[in-house]
Amino acid sequence: MKTIFMLGLVLPCIALAQQPSKVTPQQFVNLQEGDIVHKGFRRAHAKGICISGEFLSNGSLTKYTHAKVFEKGSTPFIGRFSIAGSNPSAPDLKAPVRSMALSFATSATQQWRVAMNTPPVMAVSDPHTFYQQIIAIKAGPEAIQKFFKDHPESQDFLNWKSSYQPSGSFAAETYNSINAFYLINEQDEKQAVRWHMRPTLTATPEGLKGEDALQQELQQRLAKEDIVFDWVYTLATEADNENDPARAWPNSRQQITAGQLVIRDWQFQLKGECHSINYDPLVLPEGIEPTADPILRARSGAYAESYRRRAREVLNGALEANSNE
Amino acid sequence: MNNRFSLSMRIFHWAMAALLISLLSAGLLMVQSLEPWQITILGLHKSFGVLAAILVIIRLLNRFRNMVPDLPSDLSALQKAIARLSHVLLYGFMLAMPISGYLMQYAAGRPVEVFSLFRLPASLSVDIQTYSIFRELHGWLALFLMALICLHAVAALHHHFVRKDNVLKSML
Ligand code: HEM
Ligand code: HEM
Ligand code: HEM
Repeated sequence: MKTIFMLGLVLPCIALAQQPSKVTPQQFVNLQEGDIVHKGFRRAHAKGICISGEFLSNGSLTKYTHAKVFEKGSTPFIGRFSIAGSNPSAPDLKAPVRSMALSFATSATQQWRVAMNTPPVMAVSDPHTFYQQIIAIKAGPEAIQKFFKDHPESQDFLNWKSSYQPSGSFAAETYNSINAFYLINEQDEKQAVRWHMRPTLTATPEGLKGEDALQQELQQRLAKEDIVFDWVYTLATEADNENDPARAWPNSRQQITAGQLVIRDWQFQLKGECHSINYDPLVLPEGIEPTADPILRARSGAYAESYRRRAREVLNGALEANSNE
Repeated sequence: MNNRFSLSMRIFHWAMAALLISLLSAGLLMVQSLEPWQITILGLHKSFGVLAAILVIIRLLNRFRNMVPDLPSDLSALQKAIARLSHVLLYGFMLAMPISGYLMQYAAGRPVEVFSLFRLPASLSVDIQTYSIFRELHGWLALFLMALICLHAVAALHHHFVRKDNVLKSML
């Protein structure tokens, strides 16, 4: 009897003592936030602006998924344009990556969060190597050159990077899911997909200036017109590895346009609802499921850690000075 | 018959002891992990957490229908009061853990899927401050519960091996 009790008490302790030898969400978020913590703000993509509007679905994905958002009709969203980095007042035009995030609250039980970036692929295939990549980026140009040389899987990313020209508007960028997901239909059939938001306009960066150049451009544009993106899905075939976010899929893959994303309005992030939302891409409605992609599956834990930190800071009043300005 | 917990109470006790210890371990492990199993364990944590909430309610209803063995008569009134208080606290934590877990998810706008059977609703508009209150509460309650379980188990072993009374046997 004694030994059984001892085992019952000791076994969970042993399990807990198995300190993960790998990078933890806490370490990852520490690295992202850096030495200067901007209290109350996201530890990544800290600078952004709230947007809202609706997704007009044309119904063409209903064959592949029973998610409500893809039935023919319209679903409102609360979204956010942002730039990569942990500084909420960084200059817009210096950021290497621009982003779009969306939240669909279709019903109390069906919600969906989407967070997309300008590159179509990651440079690496797992979160631990990504951690090393960020260390190299922070260490400077030589370190990151060496990092890419040591990681041949970054080739597709480097190809994109060499041809990418930043535009002069959040509205003129292409935003990619990067990670793949499964669409699930009524028959329980799975189809691996990636998606991107395809802009319907072009804009050059000429004449843009100031720290908030992209945010101001967006505000001026929305004062005149709605901004429209086509939401394009790319279907994987047997030949594609949906679990590797560093590999591009061939251009010949079938693409389906699911509808149009129409952005009608904006708000400063501390005045709008988008700042409260954690755009964790693993908040999914029925009809969409995550692949085994190790980067995708690492995101939930890291986003939760960042969210926990900033939520606690907001509760402690970190943003009060900012929002009264 | 009065010196042993009823069979149903004993089954509830040990099944839920295993469930609660597993939920605590899973909770602590998953928040420190970026591995691909993290979201799988998180999903199970929420499902079993909801199950624990349902079970503890049935358990409490069952408790009021059953006789409970008396504590050993050589315990002082104070010791008896502490023993009773610790049990009330254990029941309280068993309710507060899943409630804080669910409310944290509700405020963050994250519907909770229970064993792919059904989903619990989440708020349509996110409230980051309410999220933070219940997120921190969930974490702190878990720490207190772990401490309480250790005390509780040590007390049970103390009764058995040191005082050599009937307390542990009454739950076996
Ligand atoms: C292991 C890989 C990744 C990690 C650890 C990571 C980490 C983070 C963290 C901690 C946040 C802040 C969350 C918050 O406080 O709400 C964030 C935001 C964001 N991430 Fe990632 N990320 C990863 C991969 C990606 C990928 C692949 C994409 C693009 C497809 C992406 C796009 C975004 C965007 C757009 C945001 C800002 C969302 C918003 O506006 O709130 N991330 N990321
Ligand atoms: C008796 C039931 C439960 C126990 C003992 C328990 C225990 C725990 C523990 C120990 C943690 C880690 C805490 C920390 O790091 O601060 C945790 C985290 C968590 N629990 Fe529970 N839990 C229970 C029920 C639930 C329920 C019912 C839900 C949701 C429906 C839930 C959702 C969560 C979530 C989402 C996290 C992680 C939060 C994050 O990553 O920031 N838990 N839980
Ligand atoms: C791990 C080893 C454990 C041991 C050795 C143990 C032992 C015992 C014993 C001997 C009793 C009877 C006390 C009496 O006669 O008044 C008892 C009661 C109780 N235990 Fe545990 N227990 C353990 C774990 C747990 C856990 C994890 C929980 C819940 C979180 C728990 C909750 C309770 C409750 C609520 C009672 C009071 C029952 C009642 O009177 O309604 N126990 N336990």
